[in-house]
Amino acid sequence: MLSLQGVRKSYGNREVVCGVDLELRAGECFGLLGPNGAGKTTTLRLALGLSDPDSGVIELLDYPIPQRAREARVRVGVLPQLDNLDPDFTVAENLLVYGRYFGLAAAQIAPRIPELLQFAGLEGRADSRIQTLSGGMKRRLSLARALINDPDLIVLDEPTTGLDPQARHLIWERLKQLVARGKTILLTTHFMDEAERLCHRVAVMDNGRIIAQGTPRELIARFIEPAVVEVFGDTAQAWADESGKLVCDRLERIGETVFCYVRDDNRVLATLGNGEEPRYLHRRANLEDVFLKLTGRDLRD
Amino acid sequence: MGYAKLFVPPRLSPRFFHVWRRNFMVWRKLAIPSMLGNLADPMLYMLGLGYGLGSLLPQVDGTPYITFLAAGTVCYSTMNSASFEALYSAFSRMQIQKTWDAILNTPMGLDDVVLAEVVWAASKSVLSGTAIVVIIWVLGLSHSPLTLWIVPLTLLIGLTFGGLGLVMTALAPTYDFFMYYFTLVITPMVLLCGVFFPIAQLPLAFQYVAAVLPLTHAIALVRPLVQDHIPSAWWLHVAVLVAYAIVAFYVALVLIRRRLLT
Repeated sequence: MLSLQGVRKSYGNREVVCGVDLELRAGECFGLLGPNGAGKTTTLRLALGLSDPDSGVIELLDYPIPQRAREARVRVGVLPQLDNLDPDFTVAENLLVYGRYFGLAAAQIAPRIPELLQFAGLEGRADSRIQTLSGGMKRRLSLARALINDPDLIVLDEPTTGLDPQARHLIWERLKQLVARGKTILLTTHFMDEAERLCHRVAVMDNGRIIAQGTPRELIARFIEPAVVEVFGDTAQAWADESGKLVCDRLERIGETVFCYVRDDNRVLATLGNGEEPRYLHRRANLEDVFLKLTGRDLRD
Repeated sequence: MGYAKLFVPPRLSPRFFHVWRRNFMVWRKLAIPSMLGNLADPMLYMLGLGYGLGSLLPQVDGTPYITFLAAGTVCYSTMNSASFEALYSAFSRMQIQKTWDAILNTPMGLDDVVLAEVVWAASKSVLSGTAIVVIIWVLGLSHSPLTLWIVPLTLLIGLTFGGLGLVMTALAPTYDFFMYYFTLVITPMVLLCGVFFPIAQLPLAFQYVAAVLPLTHAIALVRPLVQDHIPSAWWLHVAVLVAYAIVAFYVALVLIRRRLLT
C-alpha cells in the first residue's frame, strides 16, 4: 500500500525526518504516533508526494513517489490536520467541487453525495453553509470529502484533535466501518486511546525517527510493566520513599503523582491500605505509558 | 523539492480547468455585487474626469478627451481586475482558506493551480475590460468595429498583470505587503503609462521608464483601436505583453513552488 525506506528530509540545517522506514499492509489501520514536532505531518507530506525527500525510497499504491504522486493520489483520500473546506460553498457543493479535482463528472459525483452525507451524519445539511456547521460537523464533512473518490488508502492527520467526546466516538465508529469495508488507513495522532482503539499497528515517532513499531499490545508487553498504580494525595511522596521504592519495578514522580509500574501489583496494593490516604488508581498499562516512557515527559511545543 | 526541480518548465494541462471552474462557481454566487464593485470605480473616474476635465480641454491626441480617457480606462480597469484577483483573492485561497492545500491533496499539481489562478485573474479582466468597451459603444464614444479586437487583448493584458500579481502573492507574508505593490508599481504605472494624458507630455526620462512598463504597451494597442485605426507596430506591443505574461507566470510558479512544495 505504502512503503517508505530510509526517508530523510531537512529544512535548512534541521533534519525533521531522519531515516524513516514504514510499511503499510492492505486493509490495516496504521497509527503514526508522536509528540508535536516529531515529524508526523512531514512524513505524510512526503508519502503523498507534496514534498520531496532528500533521500530514501517511497512507494504509494505501487507508484514511485514523488515522480508519479499525482497518479497515486487518484486512489488516496486525505483528511488534513486543519479543516480546509471551501467556505464559499455549501456542504454538497464542497463535495461536488472536490470530486471534480479527481476528474469525476458531476453525474458520477451526484449519487455519492447523499451516501457520503449519511455516512458523515450530515443528512439534511446538503445546502448548509460551512460557517453554520459545528467543529465536529466540519470534521465529518472533511472525512466525507476525503472519501469522494472511493479511495483505497485514507490518510488522516490528527482526525479528532479539538473534538468533543461525542464527535470523537462518531469519527472512530466511522473509521472502523471503513476498515471493515477493506480500506487501508494511515492516521497520525497524539491520543493514545485513539491509537489503541483503532490501530492494528502503530509506530512511535520522535525527533524524526521511528523509535518503536508493532501492535499496541506488543509495544505494551515489550516496553512496559503490565500494571500501573498511580498514587497521589498528601502522603504519596512519603509512601514512595518508604514502601514504593521497594515494591515497584519502576517508579516515576510527576508533580504530586507517583507512577508505579509493576509486574506483581498485589505487593504494591498491600502497602497502600484502603485507598483513602494516599489515594491511588490501579489500572493496566496502556499505550500512553509506553509513549511517555519512550518519548519522555518533557513538554513539546 | 530539490533546488533544480523548482525551475523545471511549467507542466501545463487542461486539468487547470477544474480549479478555474471552482473560482468561477464562487464568483457566480456574488456576480452582481462583484461586477458593480469592479465597474463603479473606473466608470466614475472615466465619466467624471472625461466630461468634467474634458470640457476644459481641446481635443487630445485627435479625439475628445473622454474618448482618449476611455481607452486608458479599459486598460486601467483590466489591469486592476487581474491584479486584485491575483493578489488579495489568490492570497486568501493560498494562505488563509488553504484552498490550494486541499486541492493539492487530490490528483492536481501545483502547476495546475497556478495556471488556473492566472487564467482566472485574466478572465475577470476580460469581464471588466469588455464592460468598459460596452460603455464606450453605449455612449457612442467609438463606432469602430476594430474595438472588438479589444476583447482578446483584455485577456492578454489580464494574463500579464495576473502573472505579475502572483509573483507578489508568492512573496507576500501578509495582505499588507500588497500595499507596496500598489504604491510602488500600480499607481506609478497609472500615472506614467498614458491612462490620463499622452506619455509625450512627460519629461523625457519618464518617457523612457514608461516605454518598458507593460501598461504603456496595453494602451498603445487599445487606444488606436478605439480611435478606429490599426495600432502602429502592434506586433511589438503584443510581443512585449506576451513576454511579460510568460516571464511573470514562470517566476510566480517558481516562487510558489518554493513556498509550498519545499
